[in-house]
Amino acid sequence: MACSICLAGPADFDGWRAAARGLLAAGIAPEAVSWPGQDGAAGLFDGAAPDLPRDAPSPAVPRDFLVQAELAIRHSDPERFALLYGLLWDARRRPGLLRTPTEARMARLAAMARAVRRDAHKMHAFLRFREVETPDGVRSVAWFEPEHHIVEAEAGFFERRFAALRWSILTPRRCAHWDGAVTTFTAGAHRAEAPAADAAEDLWRTYFASIFNPARLKPEAMRAEMPKKYWRNLPEATVIPELLRGAEGRERAMLGQAIAAPGRRQRRRPSGAGTAG
Amino acid sequence: MDLRAKLAVLADAAKYDASCASSGTDKRDSRQGGLGSTEGMGICHAYAPDGRCISLLKVLLTNACVFDCAYCINRASAPVRRARFTVEELVRLTLAFYRRNYIEGLFLSSGIIRSPDYTMEQIVRVARALRQEHGFKGYIHLKTIPEAAPELLAEAGLLADRLSINVELPQAASLRALAPEKDMPVIEGAMAELSTRIATAGAERREARRALPPRFAPAGQSTQMIVGADASTDGQVLDASDGLYSRFGLKRVYYSGYSPIPAASAALPPAPPPLLREHRLYQADWLMRFYGFRPSEILAGGEAGMLDLEIDPKLAWALKHRAGFPLDLNRASREALLRVPGLGARTVERVLEARRHGRVKLADLARLRVPLRKVAPFLTAPDHRPPPGQIDSAGLRRQLQPGSAFARAARPEQLALGL
Ligand code: SF4
Repeated sequence: MACSICLAGPADFDGWRAAARGLLAAGIAPEAVSWPGQDGAAGLFDGAAPDLPRDAPSPAVPRDFLVQAELAIRHSDPERFALLYGLLWDARRRPGLLRTPTEARMARLAAMARAVRRDAHKMHAFLRFREVETPDGVRSVAWFEPEHHIVEAEAGFFERRFAALRWSILTPRRCAHWDGAVTTFTAGAHRAEAPAADAAEDLWRTYFASIFNPARLKPEAMRAEMPKKYWRNLPEATVIPELLRGAEGRERAMLGQAIAAPGRRQRRRPSGAGTAG
Repeated sequence: MDLRAKLAVLADAAKYDASCASSGTDKRDSRQGGLGSTEGMGICHAYAPDGRCISLLKVLLTNACVFDCAYCINRASAPVRRARFTVEELVRLTLAFYRRNYIEGLFLSSGIIRSPDYTMEQIVRVARALRQEHGFKGYIHLKTIPEAAPELLAEAGLLADRLSINVELPQAASLRALAPEKDMPVIEGAMAELSTRIATAGAERREARRALPPRFAPAGQSTQMIVGADASTDGQVLDASDGLYSRFGLKRVYYSGYSPIPAASAALPPAPPPLLREHRLYQADWLMRFYGFRPSEILAGGEAGMLDLEIDPKLAWALKHRAGFPLDLNRASREALLRVPGLGARTVERVLEARRHGRVKLADLARLRVPLRKVAPFLTAPDHRPPPGQIDSAGLRRQLQPGSAFARAARPEQLALGL
């Protein structure tokens, strides 16, 4: 019996969990299940639910597995729902499976969870607000391009941090809007809908250029942590090429140049020790 | 001087403080008012081309200084341009950056102007305005001036997440020689004072039933030591750190490799120490804090009190203690596994977990993203037995030196090509 599962959205963990419980209770093998998004399946995230036992008893699974599953569900990999259900299915016969991080599929699950966590972390780090005047006052608007389905899950971080602001986070997948009391979600947007600049960015670039130590150039380390794909949405990234060129020996081209100290011409190497106080 | 010019000068002068950490403080958020949050984990909002994390707005209040520490670019006699933020400017800048999600908060330090008390009072005023006038809930790290009055240190601790006092040099004698206005007993006295206050506040908050007593520097205190400005060996540096960790419960010791400054005093070495030295010290520091190594054990991996620059200190230790290897991956204790080069603390936990459900193979380690080339000589597993004699072979060190095998394979020697 083939069984098509419908979920409320691409990161619907509760929906997946309920479906998995029902499928297990009904004894439906992974091969017989098709999950939304798989093999370009149509009907993705809407449609009628198959007739599965409701409120089926939930099999005991390790807490760590659930934590990882909740993250992995947000991954953009279309196989995620099937991978997780396959693990649950096999765990009925192999009790240690879900506690064996070295098993190949468990390692894949861990990698997916890690990727989602990293994506979320990069969103907290690299999202930049630009302030715009609106009839209702100042609004902080950001454009960000996450790799996975994380906007709903991560909106809470920005609510906690910026509860006092009115903000919108626009992404190609989903948008979030905070009005001071609740966050509402809307469909994905385009980059052009976000503001193009902010008055504070000049100061921020000045800071970025000044805090950097040209005597210790390590561009690979920078790129490992701040991959180039993020650069186009980071206001400070526009000065990186200048900083690299300057540090490599030519005239140090940085924004603070106009106020260069008198000693600059004697090719002042930055001192490694100045620590105040 | 306009704000942008001041920012350029005062960030430039602050970049030699290695710390930019914003982690480990208590959790706060702004749903009940104010601006900002801290969630335990630090966030690096950008990375500079020097590979370092930018988490905080790290600036000096002023780079003018009445002290004349020989190693410092801000010293009274240095020919540099001076600038000074007003309290109001710095508060506005911090808030403007924070609202746009550029930073986690502020790391404020300063040259000493007029007197230690006056300077500390200015630093505290910035933090007070942020916290009390603007309800700022983000991270604040204040550099504390050890000579300042204890009341000022006490107020700083109530406002800041982290406090730091730089020990500057590993030995009191070097400090006397290079920073004549500073005094090691005063520095250590202030660290001890902070340490007591941090511990007391922490304990009171844990035991409090109703109203929580105020927090005091919940992210603890840290310090920074300059490496290579005096003749101290790595052994002396690590002994100094070990002492600081155990006596004052420091969260971190930062190491900053010295590099020569213009018009430097003749007391200073003309050449910088290799950056690699700083890196090896961080690795050694890590081994002390998380892997149960004592400084003397780490130093045993090197020669004459210096760490081996070519290989990391854990590998260096293992190569000098080969009799203890190879270890059985499925039998060895946690402590023993932690000493295997290439096995990190996290991996060790996962191996122990996996062992409960079956025998762990070398191939399993690959799935945990362990560098097999590095661990293989030190382990036995059901699918792996190192070649007999490998652990004692003279070539093992060369074989494990980073990149060496690759480098040779990729760049064939061209000895015959001369002329
Ligand atoms: S007191 Fe601090 S800022 Fe002043 S010279 Fe010494 S290290 Fe530099």
